[in-house]
Amino acid sequence: MQTKRTIFSNKGLPYLLLAPQLAITIVFFIWPAAQAVKSSFEREDPFGLRTSFVWFQNYTRLFTDPNYLNSFGRTLIFAVSVTFLAMAIALLLAAAVNRLIRSSNVYTTLLVWPYAVAPVVAGILWWFMFNPSIGILPYALGQFGITWNHRTSGTDAMILVIIAATWKQISYNFLFFLAGMQSIPNSLTEAAAIDGAGPFKRFWTIVFPLLSPTTFFLMIININYAMFDTFGIIDGTTSGGPNQATNILVYKVYDDGFLGLNIGSSAAQSVILMLIVIALVFVQFRFIERRVQY
Amino acid sequence: MARIEISGVSKVYPGNVEAIKDLSLSINDGELVVLVGPSGCGKSTLLRMIAGLETITGGTISIGETVVNKLEPAERDIAMVFQNYALYPHMSVRGNLEYGLKNRGTQRAEIDKRVADAARILEIEAFLDRKPRQLSGGQRQRVAMGRAIVRQPKAFLFDEPLSNLDAKLRAHMRVEIRRLQRALGTTSVYVTHDQLEAMTLADKLVVMNGGVIEQVGKPLDVYSDPQSLFVAAFMGSPGMNLIDIESLRAIGADLPGSIPTATGTVGVRPEDIVLEKPAGPHLTIAATLDAVELVGSESLVYANAKGIEKDIILRSSGIHRGNPGDVLALHIPHSALHSFARESGRKVAAA
Ligand SMILES: Nc1ncnc2c1ncn2[C@@H]1O[C@H](COP(=O)(O)OP(=O)(O)OP(=O)(O)O)[C@@H](O)[C@H]1O
Ligand SMILES: [Mg+2]
Repeated sequence: MQTKRTIFSNKGLPYLLLAPQLAITIVFFIWPAAQAVKSSFEREDPFGLRTSFVWFQNYTRLFTDPNYLNSFGRTLIFAVSVTFLAMAIALLLAAAVNRLIRSSNVYTTLLVWPYAVAPVVAGILWWFMFNPSIGILPYALGQFGITWNHRTSGTDAMILVIIAATWKQISYNFLFFLAGMQSIPNSLTEAAAIDGAGPFKRFWTIVFPLLSPTTFFLMIININYAMFDTFGIIDGTTSGGPNQATNILVYKVYDDGFLGLNIGSSAAQSVILMLIVIALVFVQFRFIERRVQY
Repeated sequence: MARIEISGVSKVYPGNVEAIKDLSLSINDGELVVLVGPSGCGKSTLLRMIAGLETITGGTISIGETVVNKLEPAERDIAMVFQNYALYPHMSVRGNLEYGLKNRGTQRAEIDKRVADAARILEIEAFLDRKPRQLSGGQRQRVAMGRAIVRQPKAFLFDEPLSNLDAKLRAHMRVEIRRLQRALGTTSVYVTHDQLEAMTLADKLVVMNGGVIEQVGKPLDVYSDPQSLFVAAFMGSPGMNLIDIESLRAIGADLPGSIPTATGTVGVRPEDIVLEKPAGPHLTIAATLDAVELVGSESLVYANAKGIEKDIILRSSGIHRGNPGDVLALHIPHSALHSFARESGRKVAAA
């Protein structure tokens, strides 16, 4: 492969050209991250007057704090549910749209809309629909004798945030699955049809295996999304309640740091989150990009 | 093994594209029928309708005794070899061969036996555990053939199966396919636009044009006795020389008296034109040499005759030594002339 190479006569020019991007990265990403790491080893007194270096105390406390461990469990339930549902529903929709010949563009456009909705707006949208006093869905569920109240029931609240977060992510997954399916030559499914495989069998034995690179890629993206990108949705719907039921890790960072003003603990939590992201990205590059092929 | 009966079949694609028009064709048990025709004439469409991959707009297709119009591809018991082979990329060669048998619930022992047989016949035993991407084009082609024969279907359908191979391998595989088809005796429909494939493979040659059949027959009959201008021009490379009869009369060519009055165009194969005066009755055209194409074993000579619009092409064996501008006398035996009607372009028989 040929690489494009430009020769600069002035040695300083390339650095100068990179400077704005580097400045932004340093000021808005590296610097705060370094600050977070630093703060995670410190403790501030309640008035913010004195800080003392406490080594790993913030971390050891976290892992003995039942609230934090509970939040870990909640995050796991939330992330696994959102990832699974968002991918399964998207796959189903993509398979359906892929079968259409004529109106597939219309459906694609419609199905991609939710992605353009800001997370907080999506959160508020679902908050409205599920609002126990004025929402349409609790009313409808009430007709079937099901009482819905995510303000008091932790389970209801969890279901609500899962639905809201899933709804928003389906579009993204859908696009990738659809593109993946459209890149599979028709003749493969035709050959399978002649080979005696019905539509379901064709899907599971031909199409789905051939989509595996897309599926693994989306899995990492979705876990990332569910764990780190859902702050707005939680904030717009349940604010982590009731009674910590939907207080997932990323929300707890904010909850403890900005509302609870426990900067040291909050910083330690964000460092842990950072490590998780790094691990996920590592998994993606190291294993998936290489192994998943046919 | 079965007959395939196509009667009055038509196909209209969405957007009112009429790809096949009221087409009828009988394919006998064990016969290898080759469909040829220019690009877009509906060969693939017809094949895919037999396979069940396209719906049939009108008419009926039956395989054996069954009308298959409403049957799924799987229920038609046919096997198809695609132009791009359509091997399942995530399965090993063995997996590819077994897939159709497993789907039909064939016993394990029977599957193993058939796969082993097919692998032996096609000489792909060494690659059974490889993935398709680890094979060369020719090996993939064999696997695609293997996938068709393990099923022991009623019919094989081929859609330009050799067009992705280089010339040498194509010639080799052509012979293999012929041998295999003879040995198995399975009814086959083969689509190609390679003349040589069509001529050498076919028991029965079907020339198609614009969604209809122009002519059906034994390859040599189609070649030596084309029933229409289209077939005359399409078959052979180069095709038949076609000359307006009026321009021949104008230059005073010695046309046979028996030529039918309805004739508008006469045709002559490039190999039937000779440069030495033949013994029998013939006509002669004076022409100047335009260009010579040396093919190796033979030469194609392009000559321009006054009053005749298109170059006349003649085939002479060996190397023709001549230069542009040389004056030639083109002799055409009367027996080599084909007559085609003025309006319809159909062949007209000698009176
Ligand atoms: N899915 C389709 N929708 C609309 N028109 C189609 C479709 N498939 C084929 N056609 C049209 O039907 C006609 C016949 O197509 P077909 O593919 O059968 O040609 P072919 O003889 O196989 O040509 P080639 O030698 O290039 O493969 C063409 O005019 C083509 O444009
Ligand atoms: Mg075709």
